[in-house]
Amino acid sequence: MVQVGSDSQVAVGVDSSGASSDVKPVVARSLVKEFGDLVAVRGIDFEVRPGECFGFLGPNGAGKTSTMRMITCASPVTSGSLLVNGLSVQTQGRAVKSIIGVVPQGDNLDDEISVINNLRLYAGYFGISRTEADARAKTALELFQLAERADSPVDELSGGMKRRLLIARGLINEPEILVLDEPTTGLDPQARHLVWRTLRRLKDQGVTMLLTTHYMDEAATLCDRLIVMHEGRILAEGTPPELILRIAGETVIEAHSLDVGALDRIAEHLRDAGAEIEQTPDTVHAFGLNGSDVAESNVPGAQIYSRPANLEDVFLRLTGRSLEE
Amino acid sequence: MILTPARVPYGFRVWRRNWTVFRRFALAEVGPLFVEPLVVLGAMGIGLGAYVTLGGDESYVKFIGPGIVGGYSLFAAFFECTYGSYTRMAIRGLYEAMIATPLSIEDVITGEVLWGATRSLFSATVILFVLSVMGFVDSPMAILILPLAFLGGILFSSMALLVTAHAPSFWTFNYAITLGVMPMYFFGGVFFPLERYPDVVRELAWVIPLTPYVAVVRELVAGSLSMTTVWGLLYLVVLGAAFYYLAVARMKARLIR
Repeated sequence: MVQVGSDSQVAVGVDSSGASSDVKPVVARSLVKEFGDLVAVRGIDFEVRPGECFGFLGPNGAGKTSTMRMITCASPVTSGSLLVNGLSVQTQGRAVKSIIGVVPQGDNLDDEISVINNLRLYAGYFGISRTEADARAKTALELFQLAERADSPVDELSGGMKRRLLIARGLINEPEILVLDEPTTGLDPQARHLVWRTLRRLKDQGVTMLLTTHYMDEAATLCDRLIVMHEGRILAEGTPPELILRIAGETVIEAHSLDVGALDRIAEHLRDAGAEIEQTPDTVHAFGLNGSDVAESNVPGAQIYSRPANLEDVFLRLTGRSLEE
Repeated sequence: MILTPARVPYGFRVWRRNWTVFRRFALAEVGPLFVEPLVVLGAMGIGLGAYVTLGGDESYVKFIGPGIVGGYSLFAAFFECTYGSYTRMAIRGLYEAMIATPLSIEDVITGEVLWGATRSLFSATVILFVLSVMGFVDSPMAILILPLAFLGGILFSSMALLVTAHAPSFWTFNYAITLGVMPMYFFGGVFFPLERYPDVVRELAWVIPLTPYVAVVRELVAGSLSMTTVWGLLYLVVLGAAFYYLAVARMKARLIR
């Protein structure tokens, strides 16, 4: 706790223009989370910069949700330090929670009251006055295209509408940091794109965002920087293009076949050509080559092609291709 | 510290949420509020009462009146803070939503206790109104039953939330009612004077939190206060504080990991 405080001073001092907007939205140092014998987060360090969208990727059980829950003060820190806008989550929880907005993964809207009352009462939890809460609720409903449903019961909304209402609710305190846990899981493509548009607009307005997602396209389109977590540790950190180039290269050659012999021959040929190979029972991935090796590697009974590397390749290279749960 | 006056305004934000929902369904709630105690007064007081002789010339239906105030204060708080609170906590995820705001779990439980106490107050108000219309209230002192009902409600709500904190499902509450609430209702001095019991049992009956509450209600209705009221109030306050503290601690253990 003591060195926590001094860290924060350093963090503030580095950007020492003095304005509060230069304080790092999130600074984690040697952050650990344990549940009894289970270590969910094993001493991670990261910093989130003002105004960026920062992504947490990783398979289930990687420790991203535990990390997010510590940031939102829903779960106590086991050890290490965690500062949100220079405030300690351990000792200044109320202050931290008043400047962040949380969009949970599950729908925990209040379905005993109307759409607009969800926003009004939630604003009330922040101590926002009734008139102000009412004004903000109405503005938010307009912004999120829910104004026509203001007086509907929540359970009459579609999945996409509920998700928009959850985001609107998370913004009701005009937070400096918005924390989103899998914001588009379960939505249809139209609703996803609407949510993405909303989030990009918020980013343009300078809202810092923290995001967990299992969708690599979502991470690639929204995140300025991201970390890939696995088994409680951070395996890589960077911008999406940086990570792709560093970990998966420019091009990936991919071969599919149910004939293991054919796949073995393809893998051998590509390895000889200098590629790094990852092989599963029906697929070969080759990294570090360009597309010109495709044709000469082909074997009857297999499909082979090259494509640009993407974030999914990064994710799978780092966290492995097998299901670990 | 959890028991600070500074907590109350935060708890009130949670109270307001429950009040908003209650107002929506108020019409549906008011009917039963009147009907239930009338049924008990009618069946037990007038039906059974015809066969019951008390010491003085007091009618049985008049005797059980204050007991019904007590019983329904208990029921109102208990149902609100078991079935109601469990639904909000485990089914709707509202506690989780609330503690993502500046509210802490302590604030949420405080708000729930204040709301349960309000439900006790509503019940006591309705029954007291019925009793006074029927001419069963002897003293204007009876108006003090209203703040007493709020105090008793804090105790009963805290006890209920302690059960809720350990409940794996709604079934738990059925056991709590069979093993806890109904015995309190039948042995807490609602339906017959404690003097009926052998001495040892009479003393033991005071362990039941409903007993002092009903005893104080009786004295207020009659307008004759004794040391029973002093000790009764003290007991309610101490027990209320203890159960409130326990309820907060156990909820915290359940929800904050």
